[in-house]
Amino acid sequence: MGLISNGTTIFDAGAMSAGFGGSMTFIKKLTASSSATLSFVDGSSSVVLDNTYKEYVFYFKNIHPATNSAYVTFQGNASGGSGYNETITSTMWGAFSEEDGSSANVFYTTADDQANGTAFQTIVKATNNDNDTATSGYLHLFNPSSTTFAKHFIAFGSTNGSDENDIYHTAGYFNTTSAIDEIQFKMSSGNIDAGDICLYGIA
Amino acid sequence: MLAKLNYMELRTVNMGVISNGTTLLDAGALDSGVATGAMTLIKTLTASSSATLDFLNGASSVVFDSTYDSYVFKFIDIHPATDDTDLTFQVDVGTGTSYGQTITSTAFQVFHGEDGNSGAIAYKANRDQAQGTAFQPICQDIGNGNDESMNGELTIFSPSSGTFVKHFIGLGTNVYSGDASIQIYTAGYVNTTTALTRIRFKMDSGNIDAGTIKMYGIK
Repeated sequence: MGLISNGTTIFDAGAMSAGFGGSMTFIKKLTASSSATLSFVDGSSSVVLDNTYKEYVFYFKNIHPATNSAYVTFQGNASGGSGYNETITSTMWGAFSEEDGSSANVFYTTADDQANGTAFQTIVKATNNDNDTATSGYLHLFNPSSTTFAKHFIAFGSTNGSDENDIYHTAGYFNTTSAIDEIQFKMSSGNIDAGDICLYGIA
Repeated sequence: MLAKLNYMELRTVNMGVISNGTTLLDAGALDSGVATGAMTLIKTLTASSSATLDFLNGASSVVFDSTYDSYVFKFIDIHPATDDTDLTFQVDVGTGTSYGQTITSTAFQVFHGEDGNSGAIAYKANRDQAQGTAFQPICQDIGNGNDESMNGELTIFSPSSGTFVKHFIGLGTNVYSGDASIQIYTAGYVNTTTALTRIRFKMDSGNIDAGTIKMYGIK
């Protein structure tokens, strides 16, 4: 049964009506512990990555690599497909600032963009693996269940290089009209020593 | 009696709900003290060969006033009718419909072709404004191929302020009409101290063939 107050439906059919409550829904948290990969698979372990939401956001927090200067990367897998190897076209730019103030700059990184490539997409480069250094940031994925359009993403991350702050902004698209229902994160080399990634749906 | 209440089903009622002396909802609204999250979906507009998509405070359940400090507009798979066109926006005050407020803005582009060429970041002088009144682009040259579209977001800060100019930050990513990934980062301000009451989105040429714009309020 529903609940109506002053003529306005608050709850019905097991859900709160639109306009009430928050629009950002926590879906799943994965915590790394010397993990080779962290994977979000629709329909598995309470993960939702389908047409329930038009936008999904992954927040990665304090990702600490086992291997010094490893990159944080991700790839997708299309519904019914095998392997994290979808075709990506992307851009990537960054900026850095030394702790001693000696230099700072903004740059485009041609080594980490893709032109219809199938590699894991770098979203943050060269995270130092000192005890107090890590990477944090987010990845937005738009309308991954569309079977009409390419699947756009936007990522932004901040990390510690060698006594410097580095930021990276990556964007692009999975060049497929198949639905993307799996996302996997891993380091470019070695394990994810620690850190967590949380998945949210945006209503 | 308490045990009995615990097993009662929730029935349709036309009244408020009070728990342990605290009002949870009344008069058709959740009480302001109930934690609901800081990001609230206000309105979704879906384009269907639409010349414009407008969000007007007080119309069609749209809130665009001092209720929220910031407003975020999300663009989901905006598909233009005309190839090589930009999604743009302008705002207005009061009941104005000219959508020609004064804007000063910056814009830069990041680009990379599917053929591997032209990976670069660059300032975009033809998409900034210097006290201009044109519609402000928030992306560049969307292709109108069947699988080509634009996604992104635009944040407008304190649009109801009667003291400050109104700042905005936008990011649009799309499939470029020439088969490339392209982003436009734009930011700036509407140079007025009058409260904004409405915002309009349109392509710089032709209709918005399809796509969704969602409006959120941020507490």
